[in-house]
Amino acid sequence: MRYSRNEVWETYQKEIADNNFYFARSCIRQNVLPAAEDLFLKIIGTDLGKNIYDDARQTTCTGIAYHSGIIPFETTMTVVAHLFALMNEAGYENYACSCVTSFGIYSEVLETWKHFPEKEKEAREALKKATGKTFEIPKNLVHASDLIYKFRKEIANRSKYRLTDTTSGLPLKVVDHIGCHYAKIFPEKGIGGAEFPYVLAGLIDEWGGQQVDYPERRHCCGFGFRQYLLKSNRGYSVANSKKKFESMKPYKPDLIIANCPGCSFFLDRWQYVIAEMENTTYGENGYGIPVLTYEELAGLLLGYDPWDIGLQTHQVAVEPILDKLGINYNPDMKYKGAGNSNTDSPEQPSSIKMF
Amino acid sequence: MDYVEELKKDFRYIEGLNACINCGVCTAICPAAEVSEYDPRQIVDTVQHADNDEIEMLLKGDTIWYCGECLSCKTRCPRGNTPCYIIQSLRSLSIETGLFIESIQGRKQLALKRTIGEHMLKYGYCVYIDEIDTEMFPEQGPVWEWLRDNREQILTRLGASYRQEKSGALRKIPEESMKALQSIFDVTGATERFKKIEELSEKKAREMKISFNSGKDDYFRHLYEGHND
Repeated sequence: MRYSRNEVWETYQKEIADNNFYFARSCIRQNVLPAAEDLFLKIIGTDLGKNIYDDARQTTCTGIAYHSGIIPFETTMTVVAHLFALMNEAGYENYACSCVTSFGIYSEVLETWKHFPEKEKEAREALKKATGKTFEIPKNLVHASDLIYKFRKEIANRSKYRLTDTTSGLPLKVVDHIGCHYAKIFPEKGIGGAEFPYVLAGLIDEWGGQQVDYPERRHCCGFGFRQYLLKSNRGYSVANSKKKFESMKPYKPDLIIANCPGCSFFLDRWQYVIAEMENTTYGENGYGIPVLTYEELAGLLLGYDPWDIGLQTHQVAVEPILDKLGINYNPDMKYKGAGNSNTDSPEQPSSIKMF
Repeated sequence: MDYVEELKKDFRYIEGLNACINCGVCTAICPAAEVSEYDPRQIVDTVQHADNDEIEMLLKGDTIWYCGECLSCKTRCPRGNTPCYIIQSLRSLSIETGLFIESIQGRKQLALKRTIGEHMLKYGYCVYIDEIDTEMFPEQGPVWEWLRDNREQILTRLGASYRQEKSGALRKIPEESMKALQSIFDVTGATERFKKIEELSEKKAREMKISFNSGKDDYFRHLYEGHND
């Protein structure tokens, strides 16, 4: 089903290069979803045949520290300049990052340099002094989810599964959650703008699902940087996620998808916490609502094994969505280590079903 | 000190404050305003009035630290202001003037410096699996505990490059990049800011009679856990 406003969304487009990307990993995603970025590289590189470079020399952009107020903007913009220099040295002009905070940081730095050219000069001088390097600004800057959006039709053509409930034959109801820094800072840099971002909704439409348009659809997940990172301030984070869960619950979503590593993590873990604290679960039959990233969803539809792409590292069980999609999986392989070695299964939480 | 003059040196203040009409849309959309004593409309109004004493109260107080920097306010302001940019400039000035240690929330910058700040210079990223345990992050839950306890085996199965000197997730960052990060921190003021946060925090800890050393000492625990909130 398509909404009439989708046509409006489609007028908000941005330039996304077709090939040859320098890939930047995310501080959070590689920890909490340790297989996700390699899956993304396989989809873009192997399945779609594009050239994407994973540079061992790449570092943090410092975005989390910057938004927590512990480092100056001048440090962040010079680290960004260094990352651009690494991209230049590797022979690339198109920059694709895994993190939405980073995407916001790169956009912020580039816009600042446009409006305050003296800051660009300052960054160039600081980089030269610190590392001896110079840099060129990328010709194209995208978030990794932009690439999955751009190639959504090609992915659909190669997919083994659609976003359909194989039992009822109905489209699966999917909540899309867009990280705030994807388009709220610079609406023109996100597909669909800030108010109606289409970067994930476009995947739902193309892959056969049904969008869930719930009241708190655009509300922040509640990361809040220093608010989550300090245990004493963490109530901010869970309160905001809870507001979203309560708002989406009446629509009975089958799945949540997110493009920001932090959001993907919070929407997963806070369901576990709310269940432990209040005995409330938001999915069916005592389960939570599974949360997937754009690359994890694409990977599942393309036929990757759920345990090879790391879905066992989610706290909210993914089995309900695997069953609805009609994906065969081996439960005995879920908690295996390298070479099929055995590991002890995680402890079962008291209030939310995990397996 | 003339705080307004100091703020005017920060491009984020210049960019963030055009002409606030006090409509309150920023407060209506703000996730922090809903859960804490935080009102971006009021903060922008205070700064716009340019009253030095009132701005000093902000720099010494808790409120500027409640913002979550989601930047939802930037999207919605009908006059093109960005309250969050003003907050960023106030936070920087609070640290530069040393006034951050006067508030409970401001003092917590030490705990952030000692976690994500130090992680960047140790691992090349703000976050690293070895540093995240369920005592500090209980919401990580049993799956994280399982992943952490079995990380060599599981991360190998998932194709990560944990602690290895090759591309991939959780790799050991090459020395050349780590040196570049440190050098950029030295040249651009981050090292100096870290030093300032440590020095002023030590002074405050002594005043509060809480043991201060390094890492996760008593003063860190006091801030991180919020014993005084």
